[in-house]
Amino acid sequence: MSLQINLPGLALKNPIMPASGCFGFGREYGEVFDLNQLGAIIIKAATKEERYGNQTPRVAETSSGMLNAIGLQNPGVNNIIDNELPFLANYDVPIIANVAGSSVEEYIEVTKAFTRTSTVKAIELNISCPNVKEGGIQFGTDPELAAEVTRRVKEVSHVPVYVKLSPNVSNIGAMAKAVESAGADGLSMINTLTGMQINLSSKRPLLANKTGGLSGPAIKPVAIRMIYEVKQQVSIPIIGMGGIMTAEDVLEFLLAGANAVAIGTANFNNPFICPEIIGELPGVLTKYGFDSVEDAIGKGHEHGYTYLSRT
Amino acid sequence: MINKQMMTIVAKDDIAKDTIEMKLLGSVNLNSAEPGQFVHINVGNSTSNMLRRPISIADVNKDQQTITIIFKVIGSGTDQLRKCVIGDDLDVLVPCGKGYPIDNLPATRALLIGGGIGVPPLYYLAKQLHEKGVEVTSILGFQTKDNVFYHSEFEEFGSCHIVTDDGSYGFKGYVTDVLDNENIDFDYFFSCGPTGMLKAVSNKLEHKKGYISIEQRMGCGIGACYACVVPTNDQSGGFKKICKDGPVFRVNEVVL
Repeated sequence: MSLQINLPGLALKNPIMPASGCFGFGREYGEVFDLNQLGAIIIKAATKEERYGNQTPRVAETSSGMLNAIGLQNPGVNNIIDNELPFLANYDVPIIANVAGSSVEEYIEVTKAFTRTSTVKAIELNISCPNVKEGGIQFGTDPELAAEVTRRVKEVSHVPVYVKLSPNVSNIGAMAKAVESAGADGLSMINTLTGMQINLSSKRPLLANKTGGLSGPAIKPVAIRMIYEVKQQVSIPIIGMGGIMTAEDVLEFLLAGANAVAIGTANFNNPFICPEIIGELPGVLTKYGFDSVEDAIGKGHEHGYTYLSRT
Repeated sequence: MINKQMMTIVAKDDIAKDTIEMKLLGSVNLNSAEPGQFVHINVGNSTSNMLRRPISIADVNKDQQTITIIFKVIGSGTDQLRKCVIGDDLDVLVPCGKGYPIDNLPATRALLIGGGIGVPPLYYLAKQLHEKGVEVTSILGFQTKDNVFYHSEFEEFGSCHIVTDDGSYGFKGYVTDVLDNENIDFDYFFSCGPTGMLKAVSNKLEHKKGYISIEQRMGCGIGACYACVVPTNDQSGGFKKICKDGPVFRVNEVVL
């Protein structure tokens, strides 16, 4: 069965890719399985300068998920280009670079640096990290700012730009339409939901950063709803993510309107989850009557109710 | 190299208050496991306890291909693990991290200093050092008598001083009190325990060569997620990943 999917800038042998921040720059997972199996790899967020990130503890477990507040730790875009991309270039897998910043200028500079390389096939514009004070979330919650940063980054990028949307907004459709109008080639959604956990013994938030981003199966219904809603309002492709643990979950995202999917938290639970899901996907598609990945995309809309109450 | 394997629980014993010893039978060769490394255990199902639990390797039996772990029940994950019974299979990443680099050390007299649930990795270390002909002295600290375990096991490899906070077993006081009171001769020390203890030990023995093992809440356990980082002590602004570069570090290599 064909699992192939073509998206702007990305010829994917299958629709499965590890999500940004959950896979580092691939080296560690490259020691446990052959990365050539992946549809693509979204690498950890890059900023202009090196960032140490937040204090520890940076992760906490929750019901059906986890909170993280890493804080965009990364060695800076130039170190990533010099020290990490050459390793990834050894694989026949498209690399998507996640770009973060605290100003439009930073997003532009990081994008420019990445698009000078031949390894990066697309940019994932991270305007939705909830874990750093100056980390782009202001761009991710205001449609006008989101459009502005998208437009400016599009002007300098030589590769397609996928804008990663935050679920921490009241109107996800407005965000999606704003960045589509500004020239985004695609969307990736959803980033984590802001959350907190308080430890009973210490009587204080468990994470050093106090708040963190909730991920894992707990947020899957939110992701499905938002993708379903956005699919009805934009025509650009969507890379879907949020709590995917199984090949069945992947199909649910495809039905909601995702063209490809990213796996995040599940990598921590099972480092082999991406190749396992790739292996299981054909069987699941067949079971539910589909001949290809392409065949399933958006099919959840045909049999649904004829309206969505929010839109 | 880390592999993911199903391991069968072949023995399980309560050895102290809320402290459980389990022997896990491997399905893939365990010979590469070193003292100081850990196993990363999936204690939940696909929706509960999403994050694996890192637990240090307390012993390896290469003939039987078993690993012994000792853990204290302190939260939902370890409580879940406690409920497992002999015959159950556990999904385990093994071996993780870097252990005590004893093969490359010219050690002749080792001092092992453990605190509470930091004691287990020192057992396999003591055993290996003893096999190499290194003289082993241990100082083990516990809160109270109910928490003490492995006293006689450590004595098999050399002299073992036990201290408890309240004096209900062994000497009353802290592990550092033993350093003050006993004139222990050693060329390398190895320590694992609560951060406060590691700080006190590192300060007291700052001119000695030694290794410490530290812990932190972990995500992936293989070095990809940057959850368990610790700054290095060299003012370079650098960092180490505890799960991959550690959990064992040279004394004063990282900021405690």
